Amino acid sequence: MNDTTSRYRTMIGHRLFWPAAVLFVMLAANTIYRPGFLSIELKDGHLYGTPIDILRLSAPLILVALGMTLVISTGGIDLSVGSLCAISGAIACMYISKQPDQNSLGVVVTALALAMGVSLVLGAWNGVLVAVIGIQPIIATLILMVAGRGLAQLITEGQIITINSEPYRAIGLGHALTLPLAIFIALAAALLVAAFTRRTALGMIIESVGGNAMASRLAGIRSSRVIFLAYVISAACAAVAGFMMTANVSSADGNAAGLWVELDAILAVVIGGTSLAGGRFFLSGTIIGALIIQTLTTTVYAMDISPQTSLLFKAVVVIAVCLIQAPAFRARFSRRRRNVPPPATIADKPKEQVPA
Amino acid sequence: MTDSRPVLTMTGISKSFPGVRALHDVNFRLFPGEVHALMGENGAGKSTLIKVLTGVYDTDEGAITLDGEPVSFTGPMQATAAGVSTVFQEVNLCTNLSVAENIFIGREPRVFGAVRWGEVRRRARALLARLDLDLDVSAPLGSYSLAIQQMVAIARAIDIKARVLILDEPTSSLDAGEVAQLFRIMRQLRDEGIAILFVTHFLDQVYEIADRITVLRNGGLVGEYLTTELPQLSLVEKMIGKELDVLEGIEEHSRRDLAALEEGTPLVAVSNFGRAGAVEPFSLTIHAGEVVGLAGLLGSGRTEVARLLFGADRTDGGQVAIDGTASSLRTPAQAIDHGVGFCSENRRAEGIVADLSVRENMILAMQAARGWLRPIPRRRQDELVDKYVKALNIRPADPEVPVRNLSGGNQQKVLLARWLITEPRLLILDEPTRGIDIGAKTEIQKLVTQLSDGGMAVLFISAELEEVLRLSHKVAVMRDRQMVAQLANDESLDADRIMQTIASGSHREEADR
Repeated sequence: MNDTTSRYRTMIGHRLFWPAAVLFVMLAANTIYRPGFLSIELKDGHLYGTPIDILRLSAPLILVALGMTLVISTGGIDLSVGSLCAISGAIACMYISKQPDQNSLGVVVTALALAMGVSLVLGAWNGVLVAVIGIQPIIATLILMVAGRGLAQLITEGQIITINSEPYRAIGLGHALTLPLAIFIALAAALLVAAFTRRTALGMIIESVGGNAMASRLAGIRSSRVIFLAYVISAACAAVAGFMMTANVSSADGNAAGLWVELDAILAVVIGGTSLAGGRFFLSGTIIGALIIQTLTTTVYAMDISPQTSLLFKAVVVIAVCLIQAPAFRARFSRRRRNVPPPATIADKPKEQVPA
Repeated sequence: MTDSRPVLTMTGISKSFPGVRALHDVNFRLFPGEVHALMGENGAGKSTLIKVLTGVYDTDEGAITLDGEPVSFTGPMQATAAGVSTVFQEVNLCTNLSVAENIFIGREPRVFGAVRWGEVRRRARALLARLDLDLDVSAPLGSYSLAIQQMVAIARAIDIKARVLILDEPTSSLDAGEVAQLFRIMRQLRDEGIAILFVTHFLDQVYEIADRITVLRNGGLVGEYLTTELPQLSLVEKMIGKELDVLEGIEEHSRRDLAALEEGTPLVAVSNFGRAGAVEPFSLTIHAGEVVGLAGLLGSGRTEVARLLFGADRTDGGQVAIDGTASSLRTPAQAIDHGVGFCSENRRAEGIVADLSVRENMILAMQAARGWLRPIPRRRQDELVDKYVKALNIRPADPEVPVRNLSGGNQQKVLLARWLITEPRLLILDEPTRGIDIGAKTEIQKLVTQLSDGGMAVLFISAELEEVLRLSHKVAVMRDRQMVAQLANDESLDADRIMQTIASGSHREEADR
């Protein structure tokens, strides 16, 4: 008995428990509403079904959120990822549209390399503003968030660039091993970022800088390099997401591509358990967070909620998710139910107020 | 000098914050026409007493009277209106506004809601003339020196028919000439019958200007004394809270041979290191295997010396030689490359990373030195961590718990382990034993001795003279942000002599005047 209780406790205490529970409840609710929701079928060697769609559609958000996780962990924020998606997509599509043979694999690879190169430079720009010059991250990345849209428009000359390139389209809609290619790309990116941060000491050093910048400096960490790197990684992730978004529709729209994705990404990171104040980060949590957001979007469509109220619906669910995740809220709620007066220590009071 | 009736009394004042008793049953009185110094180390309760007096904090217990009437201010504005004005440590004026605007901001003379600017300037000039200041009242305040800004703040404070003027560390950012100017004005106001409460860390200044001294320690009242009847040495004793005869009873520990240690090239030799506003230029040599104690009151510049040696702050000038070779200590990373480690006194803000585990906190400095691309293999991490958890007896012995869950003493040991893992050649320990229990304290002291026997140099900073004496080969004494003496720890050195040096300085600095 004791054993099961403690195992139950451990499970509840696991940082991924609540995000996973929320995702599960959402899927269950959908299934009750529409029993066919979870069904998957094999057609022409491809798997089809709503769960697969959710995975495929959440791939760009997962990518953006992975980079955002690292940036937030340093105690920063990257508002420019949406614009970066638009820019990388615009460059790739523009380059391909100018080539005589759009289906050539070489052309697509060159286009991707070109777009990735520019995105890395823009990520470095963010990194320099924050880590070297010392501008507040929210302001520093706001510059590229606003200017980046203009840059994307400039690249596409204000047009929506349509391309007809099979290899490029495959990034968004291709299949491999019966599953959409986008899922594998997102998975690969997640593994890559995880290896890059956890197989090296980068992850711990980022967490240290985000957790206590002053102590980290006194431990000999050259934090500006690490912070710089986080913004570059974030830009690289956003660039791949941009390829995916534009490949989905085989066209680049400087205005619409990646619009507001930075907000969804921040939300995914927070739902995943990474604190906006910096410190510990959880890549697996972020991925679940991104899946929750995509499931929510899909639910809104599936339940025929009118587009006018869908944002409101989303907001309500998001607030609920955040509350359920907050330990203080859960503590208060469970105590209420047991009719115990709320403890005095719910508010996170500063521990020491030692006047000098 | 003083009337028989105090203008202000505070009786039985107590004030607690969660977990801290900031003031306990403190009495204080202030007579018209006197300068009364409020003395005590950092955390003794000086600022709290002032905040209670001016209504920033409520009192838990106790009463305040002004001119015999009980008062209870709800905030500095109300206190000011009643004649109790405060000039806080950081001049809180607007440097972009004019001198006149600063003096009258919030209470400009008006007619039908419109400010009478001519009247503002005229009255500002009159006020400043009273303080013998000749300023252009239309010029922005920022165009004047800090001392002048300080005096404008005083002018603003005394305008409102002040009877009590509280100056909270007004001299901390002033140079000697500016201090003299401020004191001239303080004397003038005193002679006009204003009671002045003066808070400072500078002992010389107290003896220059104060008529009476009240000493606080750990939130309690030590006593009220006439300056003429309290020698500097006794004042220091009362602030620290140790009687000399108690200190003299400390057993003599084996004095180690300084001359033998100081043969050969010093490990670190700095000359003319200093930083404006933090610590006056000093020179210091540290040899391998040597423990250098740094003694002095809190706020005397001990930590500042440590930070300069570690590159946490940059020195304004001077040279450093490491193993006899000219070098530099401009960033912590650079200092670590040279084999220097630094345990900050501010464990929470500058030491541990609360989110990370014990293991991660321990290997942090070593990992930082290797760079993130060369992670320490997990097995090596576990070996190192295991070794130091055992060696330092860290509890709980689980290296994967977040370090925030550990007690202060154990956190301190984790920090110590962080540096020991880097095998430093010079370890700077800033108050490593403060706020930890006696057991952990002796363990750390023992460790320092062992390390220096093994050839490590240690700079040991502590407010406890016994500790410094027990461990050090030589003691550098800080006073008013100057390194006033370096004393070999031989038979002639005892706590008494260190105290005297702290109180008077081994060589009096004329520049202080």
